[in-house]
Formats: sequence, C-alpha cells, structure tokens
Amino acid sequence: MVKVKIGLGGVTEPLVSKNMKTGDWGTEYPVVDEEKCTACKNCEIYCPDGCIKVVEKEGKKVAVPDYDYCKGCWVCFTVCPADAIKMEVKELYKVEVC
Amino acid sequence: MLEKAREGSDILIEVRFHGRGGQGAVTAADLLAVAGFKEGYYTLSFPTFGAEKRGTPVASFLRISDKPIVQRDEVYNPDYVVVMDPSLIGVVDVLAGIKKDGMLIANYPKGSEDLKRHLNTDVKVYSINATKMAMEHLGRPITNTAMVGALVGATNIVKLETLKGTIKEWFEDESLAEKNIKLVEEAYQYMKEVCKW
Amino acid sequence: MRKVVRGFYAIAHAVKLCKPNVICAYPITPQTEIVENLAAMHAEGELENCEYITAESEFGAASILVGASAAGARTFTATSSQGLILMSEVLYNAAGMRLPIVMVVANRALSAPLSIWNDHQDSMAMRDAGIIQVYVENNQEAHDLVPVAFRVAEDKRVMLPFMLCMDGFKLTHAYEPIELLEQEIIDAFLPPYDPPVKMTTKKPLTFGAYAPPPYYMEFRAIMHDAMERARKVIEEAMKEWSSITGRDYGGHTFTDYDEAEVAVVAMGSIVSMARDVAEEMRKEGKKVGVLKIRTFRPFPADEVRKALENVDKVIVLERALSLGSDGPLTLEVKSALYGTSKEIHTVVVGLGGRDVPRDLMVKIISEVYEGKVKPGFRFEGIHEYEEVIP
Ligand code: SF4
Ligand code: SF4
Ligand code: SF4
Ligand code: SF4
Repeated sequence: MVKVKIGLGGVTEPLVSKNMKTGDWGTEYPVVDEEKCTACKNCEIYCPDGCIKVVEKEGKKVAVPDYDYCKGCWVCFTVCPADAIKMEVKELYKVEVC
Repeated sequence: MLEKAREGSDILIEVRFHGRGGQGAVTAADLLAVAGFKEGYYTLSFPTFGAEKRGTPVASFLRISDKPIVQRDEVYNPDYVVVMDPSLIGVVDVLAGIKKDGMLIANYPKGSEDLKRHLNTDVKVYSINATKMAMEHLGRPITNTAMVGALVGATNIVKLETLKGTIKEWFEDESLAEKNIKLVEEAYQYMKEVCKW
Repeated sequence: MRKVVRGFYAIAHAVKLCKPNVICAYPITPQTEIVENLAAMHAEGELENCEYITAESEFGAASILVGASAAGARTFTATSSQGLILMSEVLYNAAGMRLPIVMVVANRALSAPLSIWNDHQDSMAMRDAGIIQVYVENNQEAHDLVPVAFRVAEDKRVMLPFMLCMDGFKLTHAYEPIELLEQEIIDAFLPPYDPPVKMTTKKPLTFGAYAPPPYYMEFRAIMHDAMERARKVIEEAMKEWSSITGRDYGGHTFTDYDEAEVAVVAMGSIVSMARDVAEEMRKEGKKVGVLKIRTFRPFPADEVRKALENVDKVIVLERALSLGSDGPLTLEVKSALYGTSKEIHTVVVGLGGRDVPRDLMVKIISEVYEGKVKPGFRFEGIHEYEEVIP
C-alpha cells in the first residue's frame, strides 16, 4: 500500500482544489450562443463551481465556460434569461454500443 | 473546642447553618472558614447549591479540622447548628442528625426556654435576638455576622480577635466592617454570658 | 501564597497566570463564576495581551476559539452540561484540526430532566472526541493542573484539546485554603505557545478540509497515535510539575495501598472520601484500597491492570451512566482487566447531585468486602421507584 503523508491536522494552503480538475465529470457541457448572450452574469453568479465567467471577447462581453472545471450541472442553462446556453452531450457519450 | 486540637488530638468540627436565601448563611460559613484557616486549621465551607432564590430555606456547611478535609458530603451529624431565621423553627428539621453533645443556636426572640419547648429536645439550645441586634447596628435585618459572633461566643471555636480580623478584611467598606465588628462583639458577649464558659 | 478561595477562583487565577491570548465562553451554572472571574481580571487589566470574548452560545464560544487557536493564540474556555453538548460539534472539529484548546468542565448532569447539579455525564459524553480528559479530586489539584493542561495540549507531540474535569458545585463552589501558584514558577514551567502551524491574514490556510475514504482512516489513526503519545507527555509534565510544586498527585492513576483485596475505583472529588473510608477499614484489618483514575483519556489501561493485579474484588464508583449499557468507567476497567477473573461491582452513585454521605460509602465498601452483595450493576443511594405510564 502507498504511504499516506498527512500534515498536522490536515491543514492545507488555500486553493489546492485548483489541482482538482473536474471538467471530466459531466455528461453534457454548456455552449454559449454569443449572439444571444447579453452578458447579464446570471450564469456567472449561479454557477456552483465558479466556472462560467463573463469576459470581453472581440469587443463584446460574453459568458465563457471553463471546461477544465465545468461539471455539466445545467445550472447556467437553467438560469439564463436569454436562452443563450445550450447543453450538449460530450462526444464520448455519443458512441453507440451495439 | 479547638483547644483540644492544640493539645494534639484529632479534631473535626462540623457546623450546619440554616437561613433563608439572602440572609448570608453562606457568608457565615465562609467567615468561619477564613477565621479557622487563620488559626492554622484546615477548613471547608460550601452551600447547598442551586436554590439560592431570596427567601427559600437554605443551608450551608462548615468543617474545621487539624487534618486536610476529605469529606465533601453535606454535614449530616453536626456538632453545632446555627439557625439564622426564627421562621425556620418548625418548618425545617433544624436538629436533624445533631450530635448528642451538640448545640443549637438560633436567632429566636422568644428566648431559650420557649425554643427548647418548641424543639422538644435534650440537646443544648440557646437563643439570641440577632435580628434586633442587627437592626440596632446595621439598620438592616441581616443576621449572619451576629450569628457567627453568637456561635463563637457559645463555643469559642475560633478566637474573637481572629473573627474580628476576618470581618475587617471581608468588608470593603470600612464603616460597614466597623459596624459588623461591634455587632459581632455584642452577640459574642451575650452568648458567652448565656453559656457561662 | 495560601488563601481561602472558592474552586472557581482557583481555576481563574491559574488560567490568568498561564497568560492566555483568547478566552471565550458562554455562562452556564456551575461554570459561570470561572469565566466571570476571568472577565473581571480582564476588565481590571490583569490579563495582558488577551482578548476576552463573550459569545452568543457555547457553540459560538468553541467556534471562536477554533479560529483563535488556528491563528496561534493560547486559548481557554469553560463550560458545563448542556453547554458542553452544544459545543460538541465544534470540539470534535477542534480535536481533528489538532487545536490545543484548554477547557475546564465544571461537571454537571445532563437534561432532561433539568439538573444543575454534579455528576460526570457531560464530560463522559465527550470521551470519544479526541480530547484529553483529566479528573481532579480537589481544588488544589484543579488549580495545579491548569499549567499542565496547557503544556500537554500545546506539546508538538500531542496538539490536542485538553479537558480538565472538576465536580460542579462540590469543587467549583467549595471555599477552602489553596496554595496559589506564583507567576515565576509557571513561567519557568510553561513556555509561550509556539504553534507549529498558524494562519494569518497574509497567509490564509484551510483547516478541517475534507478527507475522502483514501485519507480519513489515516487521519483518525494519527489522532489515536497522538493520544497514545500524550500518555508519556502527561506523565513527564506531571512529574516535572510536582517536583516544582512539591505536590504529587500520582500519574495517570494513584493507588493508596498495595495489598488491597477489595479496591474502589473512582474519579473526581468522591475519591477523597473513599480513601478516607478505606483507610479506616484498614485500621480494622480489612484490606481495602482505592485506585484513583486521574487521566480518563487516554485511558491508562496498563496502570489500571497492574494496580488491580492482586485484587479480588473491584468496586467501580460511577458518576455517569451509558444508558442501555454499563457505567462508562466500568467499561474501561473491564476492558483493562480482560482475561482476569475478578469480581466487578458497578455502583452508580450521585447522579444529578445526589449527595453521597460517608455512611453510604461505608455501606457500599463493607457489603462488598463481606460478600453480602452479588457483583454486577446497581444503583446506591437511590429511592425505590416506579414508572407510571398512563
Ligand atoms: S452542485 Fe454539488 S457538486 Fe456542484 S458545486 Fe454544488 S455541491 Fe458541489
Ligand atoms: S454547466 Fe454548471 S458547472 Fe458548467 S458552467 Fe454551467 S453552471 Fe457552471
Ligand atoms: S446568463 Fe445567459 S445571457 Fe446572461 S451572461 Fe450568462 S449566457 Fe449570457
Ligand atoms: S414574582 Fe418572581 S421575580 Fe418577582 S419577586 Fe417574586 S419571585 Fe421574584
């Protein structure tokens, strides 16, 4: 068995969870329709993982998901008032098994 | 009593104080715990806990010994019982478990004879009108220091001088200390006279 | 300096001399006067470099101390009964985060029914938290052990909370002469707290992050190891301290007599009287001794086994009850004696402040000594009772 090293009380530096990439957890992922997006930040506020952010892109402010961490939870999709987010199934899951 | 201890024999004096919440039964026991300590003895005083609302019957306990005190149970067989309030006679079993050669001292204005009849006992009982004395000296019916003076006057468990010194330190207000010392002296002399030791 | 003081003052005075940085508490009888005295000392400016924080509840008090301790402060609190139970969620965390919070528990019964009086049910309910527990017999011992508590808790080999258990009212409110410690000797014995990990506003840290199945077991095993190490650390500290103070209460346990046939096992203030009764019985040629348990966590099983090696009958005086099982102290003693064939009497006494008169103690010990009672579980000093179910 591996030797587990544990610091006193398991005290850790902040943001070590950055090392924990959760982007492969989801079955679907959000795709933002930049035409429709009004940059209202609803998705940014509601995303439980802080991984969709409104940023400046080619002169226009739009929401951009961070697929390294997005868990595909559908929250942004649900709260978007402009219907700008669509959830797509990842390629992996489209494979048909006979 | 403590004279015996000075001669080297084992001694453990147990006292029970009966009062009503707010009358200072705890302070009475505490004063003697300090006075006994000043005379070189081991002492322990503690209240019956919890029911310290004003007016409820309460008890406090005192042990004085020449050896470290290991018993922390309540005092069931007191050498001395001190009753601070006349209204407790007949309401609380003040004589409960008192030693045969023990003594009860009560703040009881109707006198020792009446008290003895009332309690119907062979144990030595003495009364003192401590409320009246306290009213005269303090202007308030707080009888704990008077009753401590009376107990010491009746038993000499500590020296009057030691008790006076203790009271002097106890009260932050100097004039209050003086008044209490006068009160203690009067109660002490009265009881000494009554008990004729 | 020898002075007549109350038990709660004896604690407050010792805590002050240990120079805590943060004291935080919520009042509950009979603990109140401990922190009331500390609050007064703080208000009088007697506590330098110390914050006194009044919390909104025991849960808050413990939580504040978790933060303070994580920030490297020497921390103190005191509580009783329901207050301790309300703290329990936080205290388990404090232990897991390895924060050396020192607390006094003024032992009191648990509700319902409401009782403000003494027994050991409250601290017993916390026995599995990873907190060191030491029970004291008198106020001098309580006073003397405060610096030991800080030193052991803050020792890098230990780093666990320390609970000093003293009987509520019986000790906290008893007024008796105490040899009060002096600042210099505490300073020589207790170094300032040097936290191995500490967070600051510039260096935030995560305490108590989650441990998934691949890690959790190791965490708990490590805490168990720390408890095991604490045995030696406690012993060392107590030995050194008693050589300084000249007052020796024994180590984890204390035995008054080596040739006992009947031994009374007890914790807390009841020990003195048991010992006094045993001494008297020995004068009559009866071989009765008393085994005082000071450290309950970590439990000194080896010492107990050794102390009871040649004893035929064991009376465990229980001040608590594990409803539906046995007395918690008995469970420990039985486990320590596993494989031996001794007669064990579990005698539950003094729940909810029921006084244990000397006569009762004499009866309990004599009956066992004379073989008049069967071993097993029983209550003593209890009225006849019947539950009326409508
Ligand atoms: S939804 Fe669940 S997994 Fe996602 S952030 Fe919240 S708690 Fe975590
Ligand atoms: S799907 Fe969920 S996790 Fe992914 S960006 Fe949207 S809200 Fe965030
Ligand atoms: S909620 Fe919709 S409209 Fe608003 S920022 Fe997000 S994607 Fe754009
Ligand atoms: S009514 Fe209650 S609160 Fe008011 S004086 Fe009486 S006991 Fe006290």
